[in-house]
Amino acid sequence: MNVVAATGTRRFALIGTPNSGKTALFNALTGSRQKVANYPGVTVERKSGTLPMPSGRSVSLVDLPGTYSLRARSPDEEVTRDAVLGRLAGETPPDLLVCVADATNLRLSMRLVLELKRVGRPLLLVLNMIDIAHRRGVEIDLERLSAELGVPVITAAAVRRGGTDDLLRRLDELAATDLTAPGEHGWQAPTITELRAAQREADRIIKLAVRMPAKPDNLTTRLDAVLLQPVIGLVILLCILFVMFQAVFSWAQPLMDIISSGFAALGAGVHNSLPDGLLRSFIQDGVISGVGSVVVFLPQILILFLFILLLEDLGYMARAAFLMDRIMGGAGLHGRAFIPLLSSFACAIPGIMATRVIDNPRDRLTTIMVAPLMTCSARIPVYTLIISAFIPNTQVWGLVSLQGLVMFGLYAAGIVSALGVSFLAKYFFWRDNPTPPFMLELPDYKLPQPRSIVIGVIMRAKMFLHRAGTTIFSMMVLIWFLASFPRPPAGATEPAINYSLAAILGHAIEPLLAPIGFNWQISVALIPGMAAREVAVAALGTVYAIEGGKEAAEQIGQALAGKWSLATALALLVWYIFAPQCASTLAVIKRETGSWKWMAITFAYMLALAYLGALITYNVAVALGAG
Amino acid sequence: MTVKNGHPAKPAASSPLGHAPRGFRGRIDAIAVGNETSGLPEGELERRLIELGFTEGAAIQILHEGAFGRDPIAVRINDATVALRRREAMAILVI
Repeated sequence: MNVVAATGTRRFALIGTPNSGKTALFNALTGSRQKVANYPGVTVERKSGTLPMPSGRSVSLVDLPGTYSLRARSPDEEVTRDAVLGRLAGETPPDLLVCVADATNLRLSMRLVLELKRVGRPLLLVLNMIDIAHRRGVEIDLERLSAELGVPVITAAAVRRGGTDDLLRRLDELAATDLTAPGEHGWQAPTITELRAAQREADRIIKLAVRMPAKPDNLTTRLDAVLLQPVIGLVILLCILFVMFQAVFSWAQPLMDIISSGFAALGAGVHNSLPDGLLRSFIQDGVISGVGSVVVFLPQILILFLFILLLEDLGYMARAAFLMDRIMGGAGLHGRAFIPLLSSFACAIPGIMATRVIDNPRDRLTTIMVAPLMTCSARIPVYTLIISAFIPNTQVWGLVSLQGLVMFGLYAAGIVSALGVSFLAKYFFWRDNPTPPFMLELPDYKLPQPRSIVIGVIMRAKMFLHRAGTTIFSMMVLIWFLASFPRPPAGATEPAINYSLAAILGHAIEPLLAPIGFNWQISVALIPGMAAREVAVAALGTVYAIEGGKEAAEQIGQALAGKWSLATALALLVWYIFAPQCASTLAVIKRETGSWKWMAITFAYMLALAYLGALITYNVAVALGAG
Repeated sequence: MTVKNGHPAKPAASSPLGHAPRGFRGRIDAIAVGNETSGLPEGELERRLIELGFTEGAAIQILHEGAFGRDPIAVRINDATVALRRREAMAILVI
C-alpha cells in the first residue's frame, strides 16, 4: 500500500484552531490553485488545492475547518474530526496532518497538537505568524519544543513574501518519505480529566520552550480600550456599518448599471437576431433576464464580502459579536448571528450560508429563519419604484426627505421584525432549552493580507455565480414557463402574460389578496415575483404592457401612480417587508437546514406576517382617507 | 477581596468570576459548573472552558465589559483574550 501511496498523489490536511492564520497560510501555499466544493451530504465547504512543490511532486492540500479539539460540536468540526480520523466517506485519509499554530499564542494550539498526536498519523507542527512573534520579542526554542512534543516543528509567516518557502521545502521532503501511520488510530473523545492533564502538559512544554517578552505587546489592549469601550465601541461599530452600507449601495451602483445594461444589450441582440417565437422569448426573457436579475447583485455581494473578510482578518468581527451579544441575546440570538444578519442586507443567500459559523444548532436555525427579514438589496428596486411614485418628495422638519424617511422606516421594520420573530421563537419553540453559551476568542488585531482577501472574495464570487447558473437558473426557467404558457390566442390584444398560467394563478389568488388592496395585476406580477423580489417590477411593467428599456422603471412608476390608491401602494410596501418572495432564498434554506420542514415554516410565517401587515396597513390607510 | 500584583494579600476564599468587576486580576482556583443549566450536556461547559484555556492556576484579568448589564465580559487568560457571558463565568472560581 505504501509503495502505491509513495508514487501516487499525496494528500496533506491543514488543521488548526480558529484564528491560527490557517486560511491565510492555505491561501499563501495554494494561491489560485484552489477549489471550493462541499463535502457530500453536509453543507460544509471543502477547500483544497495543489502545492507548488519544488520537486514537481503532486501533493494536494485540504484546508479543514478550524477547531479547538477533535471533540466536534458543529457540522464543520465533525468534518474536521472525521477527516483526521479517516472516517469521512469518499475521502482518502490524509497522509500527513499539518497543524497550524499562532506563534504568538501557543497555549490552545499545543493542547490540540497533543490531541492530534494520539490519532497516530504523521504530524507536522507549523508555527505561523513567526514574524509577528519575533517582532514582539517572543523567543521560541524550536528544538526543545519539537523534542518535548515529539513532533517536527517548522516556522512560517503566511503574510510575508517567501514566508512559506521553508515550509514548502519541508512538505516536499516529507512527501518523498514513507508516510506510514506509526500507530493505531487510538483517538477517543478525551474526558475532562484528560483535557485538564493535556492542558497542563501543554503549559509545561510552553514554559520550557517559549520565553515571552518582559514587556508584552499591548497594541491590541490599547485599541480595545477604545473599540470595546461600552459606549464609544458601539458608536464606532455603527460608523463602520454606515460606511459599509454606503459602499455596498453607492460604490456598487455603477457596476450594477454596467451589468444590467450588458444583459439588456445581450437580450436586445437576441431579440434582433432571432425570429419572434418561443425560443426567442425563452432565451431573452427566461435565460438572459432571469440570470441577469440575479447576477446584477454580484458587485454588492463582492463589496459586502470584501468588508466582511477585511473585518474578519483584522480581528474586528469577534469584537463586533462581543459588542452586539447583549442586544442580540435579548432577542434570543447568538452574538455571532450578527455577521450573517449583516450579510443579509445585501442578500439573504450569503447571510444564510454564513450561519455556518454558529455552532449551536438552535441558534443557527433561528438565525436562518429570520435572515430573510433583513432588507436585502432585491427589495430596493421595489421600494424605490413605489416610494418615488407615491411618496411626495417633501422635507420633514426641513432636514430629511420624506422619501428617505420611508426608506429608513422600511429598513427599521425589517430589523425590528427579525429581532421580534427570533424573540418569539425563543419564547415558544425553545422555552424548555436554556440559552446556549457565548464564548469566543478575541484574536489580536492584525493587518489583513491583500492577497488572502482577494482570493477569499474571488471564491465567494465563484460560488455565487455557480448558484446563479444552477439553482437560480432552473427557478427562472420555471417561472418563465408559468408566465409564457399557454401562448396567447391569435389576434390577442393584451400582453401575452395575461393569457398565461401566471395570470390564471394570479386571478385565482386575487380574491384572497383583495382584502389587502391588491388588484389582479399585482396578483399576477407576484407569481413571477416569486423568482426574486425585483422581478416583480419588470412583471408589473409587462402586465401593464409597458415596453421596457432603461427608463422602464420610471414609466412603470408613472403608470402605477395613476392606477393605484396610496393605500394599495403602502400595503404593497409592507407586503415586501415580510413576503417570502425569493425562490433562491427558500432553496438555500432547504439546503442549509437539510429539511423541507424549516423551509416550509419560514415560508409560512413570512407569508402570514406579510398578509397581516398589508391587511392592517391597507385598512388603516383606507380609514384615514388614502383609499 | 484585596489583590495586589496578582497575589492575594491574604488567603481569600474563591468567588465566581461572574461577579468580579472590570479590572479584576487574579488566578483561577477551580472550575465548578453549578446546577444552573447552561443548555449543554453535562460536562460540556467545563470541557469548553478548558479548551479555551480556563484551567486552574491560569492568570486572569477582566479587561472589558458590555454596555448593557456589564455583560458579556472580555477576559485576559494568560496571553489570550476570550469573551464570555457572566452566566458562564459563574462556573470559574477565582482568587
